[in-house]
Amino acid sequence: MQAAFDLAEAGIKVCLVERTLSVGGRMAQLDKTFPTNDCAICILAPKMMDCYRHENIEVLTFSEVIAIEGEIGTFKVKISKKPRFVDEAKCNGCGDCARVCPMGILNKFDMDLRVRSGAYVPFMQAVPLIYALDRAKCMRCGLCESVCGQDAIRYNQKEEIVEREVSAIIVAIGFDPFDPSGLTEYGYGKYDNVITALEFERLICAAGPTGGHVIRKDGREVKRIAWIQCVGARDTRDNRPYCSSVCCMYATKEAILTKEHYPEAETSILYTDLRCFGKGFQEYVNRAEDDYGVEYIRGKPGEIIEKENKNLEIFYSPSSDKVETLEVDMVVLSTALIPCGGVEKFAEILGTELDGYKFFKLKDPYNPTETTRAGIFVAGYCQAPRDIPECIAHGSAAASRAMEVVLGGSFL
Amino acid sequence: MTEALRIGVFICHCGTNIGGVVDVPAVAEYASTLKNVVHAECNLYTCSSDGLESIKSAILEYELNRVVVASCTPRTHEPLFRATCEEAGLNSYLFEFVNIRDQCSWVHMHEPELATEKAKDLVRMGVAKAALLEPLEELSSEVIPSAVVIGAGISGMTAALSIAKNGFYVHVIEKEREMGGLLRRLYKLYPTEELADLFLEQRIKAVAGHERVELHLAASIKAITGYVGQFKVVLDENGAEKSIDCGVIIVATGAKELDPEGLYEYDGERVITQLQLEEKLRRDDLNLDGLENVVMIQCAGARGEVVGYCSKICCMNAVKNAKLIKDANPDINVFIAHNELQAYGEEYELYYRAAKKAGVRFLRFPLETRPKVRKRDGKQVVDVFHDRMQMNIPLDADLVVLSVPLVQNPDAERLSKLLKVPLGQDRFFFEAHVKLRPVDFATDGIFLCGTAQGPKDIEESISQGYAAASRATIPLAKGYVLSAAITSWVDEAKCVGCGICESVCPYGAIEVVDTEEGRRARVTGVKCKGCGTCGSSCIKKAVTMHHFTDEQLIAQERAAFATEEVVS
Repeated sequence: MQAAFDLAEAGIKVCLVERTLSVGGRMAQLDKTFPTNDCAICILAPKMMDCYRHENIEVLTFSEVIAIEGEIGTFKVKISKKPRFVDEAKCNGCGDCARVCPMGILNKFDMDLRVRSGAYVPFMQAVPLIYALDRAKCMRCGLCESVCGQDAIRYNQKEEIVEREVSAIIVAIGFDPFDPSGLTEYGYGKYDNVITALEFERLICAAGPTGGHVIRKDGREVKRIAWIQCVGARDTRDNRPYCSSVCCMYATKEAILTKEHYPEAETSILYTDLRCFGKGFQEYVNRAEDDYGVEYIRGKPGEIIEKENKNLEIFYSPSSDKVETLEVDMVVLSTALIPCGGVEKFAEILGTELDGYKFFKLKDPYNPTETTRAGIFVAGYCQAPRDIPECIAHGSAAASRAMEVVLGGSFL
Repeated sequence: MTEALRIGVFICHCGTNIGGVVDVPAVAEYASTLKNVVHAECNLYTCSSDGLESIKSAILEYELNRVVVASCTPRTHEPLFRATCEEAGLNSYLFEFVNIRDQCSWVHMHEPELATEKAKDLVRMGVAKAALLEPLEELSSEVIPSAVVIGAGISGMTAALSIAKNGFYVHVIEKEREMGGLLRRLYKLYPTEELADLFLEQRIKAVAGHERVELHLAASIKAITGYVGQFKVVLDENGAEKSIDCGVIIVATGAKELDPEGLYEYDGERVITQLQLEEKLRRDDLNLDGLENVVMIQCAGARGEVVGYCSKICCMNAVKNAKLIKDANPDINVFIAHNELQAYGEEYELYYRAAKKAGVRFLRFPLETRPKVRKRDGKQVVDVFHDRMQMNIPLDADLVVLSVPLVQNPDAERLSKLLKVPLGQDRFFFEAHVKLRPVDFATDGIFLCGTAQGPKDIEESISQGYAAASRATIPLAKGYVLSAAITSWVDEAKCVGCGICESVCPYGAIEVVDTEEGRRARVTGVKCKGCGTCGSSCIKKAVTMHHFTDEQLIAQERAAFATEEVVS
């Protein structure tokens, strides 16, 4: 969005293609952001609106780039607009369809922790606020069509292919959270109260599935939580030796938020190296420790065992000759952020190379937005791990490279 | 005001967001009874294209000359409703926003009746203010199509070259006689290990050789005046005074190494800093054959010792220099005593592993027990308390290298005053928003990048350089800037020229000037952000805030308590 917005402000026409139903990306799923504890959606929503309303930006949501022809200066981009089964021009986002739809489907945006209807927007602040029908799960009852006052339901809507001619392309497809089910030592998916950090974000979010209460599967609010760092990161077993760069800080934030909600709760972060290298980060960690009483424990757990009361016993080694245990009632796995699923196929469409870990490869490591194909620039986490301000700067940086092409006619 | 007031009120259900708590039809019904209101209606979503259409048609049908929308928050929706009024031919400042979502349905969700009453109160107040609104204009002012970049380090050079490639003229101001900044003192770069000199040479050539770049070397800034689009920068260039007009300014003044005097027995010879080590390596005057043991100490002066922050780059810089020494002579023992090791991201973790493989030894100390350097009989020993083994390990060290943090340049203070932009607690330049606006200042037309904003590595400095170029190109490409219409205005007959307003204005938008009547405050409209600080601090009530005048606010307050007189 930052790249699109900068370009549009400089007077350049932009087509913003988004795979999901709403712009906003992963940040919209977060509760707060470190190190300022700003509410994520509150600071993001105006940006989403700015992009959507900008006269120079055409926003195509629920759309994917399927082919690219040509070269820098004269790219032809083929985009597939997937059917929402709703007339985008007519839907006014009233939500009547969602209220009558009898289907209950787990909402991906809420990390499957809440049920949405078969007619849905991923979250209430979605931009554009246009509903979509989940036809794969639909039982064809026809209720949505009967209540829609705008006559916007289109059961027969088909995929639409559109083409745009552009001078430059910016790739900013973000990341996926690592799925820790395969790491059996942590028991994710097996134990009730081992969750991932992104699931925790939805739980602690006031607009989330539990209204901001951090509750276990048995309905009890938590008293003792532990975060486990480097889950799926700095791990050579599955070719992910790299550090995700943001987990130490997001765990610190989540622990602080827990303390703000439940001052009596005990919060521990089990880590390998505490990476608090950004502006204001060390101070944030100091505050977590000194003002909030968050406990930092050096030691990577070897194993977690679920007890009868569904509490969890963590085994870890704080020094070379000791193994200690910590009992908690919830474990949050600070999972790595990894390249999006399907990125290989997308890179193939773009004609760009990926590196050994499936991040977009740079032509020159000191030219941080230039991919291996001229005229295609990259921004954000899909190039390498970085936090939000770095992603924003990277987005603007990619915009300047695209401006060089469009405004300056520079093809070098 | 000769024209009769005709106010239209639009109350939004926002689906169930407001309508689920507040009795929206009752609020609309009530609004229609208020003085000067000729039309009131409810909308399911006032912001939907349907809702906006009904505002436009009501403006025409009922000849509305004021519009009040009661819905969510002006932070997200005010621009949309303003634009809608404008489209229907109504000046967009004849619009008033009332927030009945955050203020009513959200905070009083368990008291629907009281929430409805409060919504009525707020609407009544909004209508009372709307009656006194006046049309305002956003003034357009021209932008001089050139940029000034202060500092010719890697981020400043990157920004300058990109702006030039975007088609605009760039003046690069550098206090040294050469471009390159801190990189000129480096030996090799991590993680590629290419020579800093070669890397710089190419970049300097590209910047210096660009037809739209003008260099001002050995130059110092004497004065900066003006505002976005119309800045004037006065230089002392090699003793001659020079004046540059430009539309935007980028601050890329970099950072310096912390002065290590007094830390860890620093002597500049056998206890040196990483930068001094780099200089020795690049001049090839480090006697690699005579060295047996090198110990590097991380966080020297950082993270609570002298400065509070982590300097981000020191771990990887130490890893690089340690590996280079090890690569040059594997017989030398190289130890890195560290606390946390900041090998973040993709490349650095791998580089850290490569250094370990090359034989560099890593020892972790707790931050409470930092290493100590002892000198005895011409020998140096570093005591490192090993965190995992919980014991002291004395290491012989022919050479101790201190990884000291980057700190702000001493002359940044002066520049921040000249530009009227802030420094943070850590003394680095303070951006407009830590999360969302990393390379903007709160003041329009001034941007920042590189280590002037905080410690960062070369790649990130380059990324920020490009980012600042993008942000700075926007006004240059547009060719104009719109000044906000909501600005302050000084009644010079009341002003006594005390200067309080000037001292509190965060944007440098109000200044006391000499006039024929004496000292008087004046507002530069383009700089003013309409925050109102000057107005509330003026002891003579000489400052008026457009759109938030005393009369308008008092009418709103009276309406809050006196219900009768506002009902028609």
